[in-house]
Amino acid sequence: MSKKIQKKAGKSPPRRPTSRNRTETLRPALEKALRRMPKAKPAKRAQGVGTVSAGNLRGKVRLPETEDGNSAFRIPFPKDLAHLDGMSPLVIRWHYEMEYLHSYAQDSPFFAGLANGRLLGTRCIHCRYTFATPKGHCMRCGEKTRWIELPLKGKVHSWTTCYFGSQEFLKETPFNLVLVEFEGADTLLLSRLVGVGQDGIAVGMEVKAQFRRNAKLLASDVYFVPA
Amino acid sequence: MNEVYMIAGGVTKFAKAHPEKSFQVLVKEAFDYALGDVGMETKDIDGSVSSYFSDHFLRQLMGGAMVQDYLGLCPKPGHRVEGGGATGGLGFQAAWREIASGRMKCCAALGWETMAHVNTWKGNEFIALASDTNFDYPVGGFYTGYYAMMAVRHMHEFRTTPEQFAMVSVKNHKNAEHNPYAQYPGTYTVKEVRSAPMVSYPLTLLDICTMSEGAAVALLCDKDTAFSFAKRPVRITGVGTGTDAMRMADRPHGEVMLLPHEKKSDYAHLKYPGVHSFRAGRAASRMAYEQADIKNPLEELDFVELHDAYTSSEIQTYEDMGLCRYGEGGPFVETGAPFMPKVRYGLEFTGEQGVVPVNPSGGLLACGHPVGATGLMQSVFALWQLQGTVGKHFRDDSLQLKDPRRGAIHSHAGTGTYVAVSVLERGW
Repeated sequence: MSKKIQKKAGKSPPRRPTSRNRTETLRPALEKALRRMPKAKPAKRAQGVGTVSAGNLRGKVRLPETEDGNSAFRIPFPKDLAHLDGMSPLVIRWHYEMEYLHSYAQDSPFFAGLANGRLLGTRCIHCRYTFATPKGHCMRCGEKTRWIELPLKGKVHSWTTCYFGSQEFLKETPFNLVLVEFEGADTLLLSRLVGVGQDGIAVGMEVKAQFRRNAKLLASDVYFVPA
Repeated sequence: MNEVYMIAGGVTKFAKAHPEKSFQVLVKEAFDYALGDVGMETKDIDGSVSSYFSDHFLRQLMGGAMVQDYLGLCPKPGHRVEGGGATGGLGFQAAWREIASGRMKCCAALGWETMAHVNTWKGNEFIALASDTNFDYPVGGFYTGYYAMMAVRHMHEFRTTPEQFAMVSVKNHKNAEHNPYAQYPGTYTVKEVRSAPMVSYPLTLLDICTMSEGAAVALLCDKDTAFSFAKRPVRITGVGTGTDAMRMADRPHGEVMLLPHEKKSDYAHLKYPGVHSFRAGRAASRMAYEQADIKNPLEELDFVELHDAYTSSEIQTYEDMGLCRYGEGGPFVETGAPFMPKVRYGLEFTGEQGVVPVNPSGGLLACGHPVGATGLMQSVFALWQLQGTVGKHFRDDSLQLKDPRRGAIHSHAGTGTYVAVSVLERGW
């Protein structure tokens, strides 16, 4: 710790004024403001709302009945509430969907590269550590990285064939995942390997990059095939 | 720093689904069991840590606040801890911090997960969101696929076999036959594990844990509180946490982090951790061992409850935790060392069975993996093991080890992104 900071840290907190503290100073002003507050009014009796809708054709206010969502008719219900303890749970469908506006931010050039048939990585300007999956800053020394072009040929570092998958990719099974290593890069790239089955893949096998003709701007715009 | 003890715990039955109980009720069941075990009341609890993983699975934010009010703990302190698969282990350690710091005398770690509100494949999609959603998920986000790639590299690097992975499955499913809380106990052969449907080569359906619902609660106390409520409190002597890069592709290929009993020359040619090992698991173990003054875990631990979401990751974790050297995980399981000493598995071993039982409870593979509850479940089973109360709580003492004095629990997230290792020992 530097001397300057030590001095600052050692300083005692500011003293409170001894004669009139904040509470005493504030009190009269607060009392004055409180006297100005509007008086509480007696509660109004509820009156019928004037809007006419399908819900109150018979003069009664109702939520409109709709036909979307869950619908169930004649759910059993016991006369004696004690019987509710053993009731089966009601399970409903609840749909949930959303759309994000997702920015690739500083990694955008990687995806622009894929759309142009180029495979980009990044290299630290300080220690030259080279990322085959781009990182804007070096995780080893913290410096900024710059964009570099990766070779389009690499080797399988590891692999698997997926026969099941997440819902989004289930229809694409079986598919192969590979971690690809590149000459001159310190880290790997996760990708798909196509055109070969489980029995045709091995660690160390040479693979080459191919690109989707119509880019979807996803990491899957690049994939690999046996070289 | 105050000494920290665990005095009681509770676990609900882990099951595919519990539609008849909300998460609050699941937690209450485990909480009441723990209180009842030591004659505590809610007023004796100073606050809580809530441990659940996924907002997607729960479809509810601030679930921790809802458990807090349901248990009658408001307005005492509470907060949520989340760290993927390691959520439970990290929750345990967050409760430890509350006691170690002196802020609380007794803290309840409350863990749960409800994973059956969506189908298994949608659930796998939710879990895969715990991989980089720019670079990993869109390629075919699937955790079993990620772990399978690590297993393949382990096989390449060390000549580990899928049959060795399968032995872990046989062990953990068999152990769970004596654990009434377990979701999928079973007797299998190596051949049956290998011929189960292939999910991601080399991992079959029986190499992988399942979606679960359930809760687990651990009560942690300072020394005075511990001894005033419990005859056999367990002391938490080591608390280690480690991390690694989110993307497997970013893991370095450098030098092994050594444990005190290892030498640099043991690993002259190994590029570490690559994707075959978990540096976070090694870092967490090293920190926990140092605090607990463990120099050689194989000699000084009586059992381990570790995060076997996949059979392959149990084998990788033997090595990270230093039960054997890196590369020896496959042969280690063949010696019989991580099996229970007296359970019959129908397997032949090359050495002594039960030297250091790993996952005596059946682990995640057979108990299930309701994520936020899992690490706390491990702590509860470790507590009962050390207290010698397995027979009382399981109503079957087949899994009770003889006179264990020290055990470790290991909770693991992502593809090895966060790992929490804690050492528990007899405190009385």
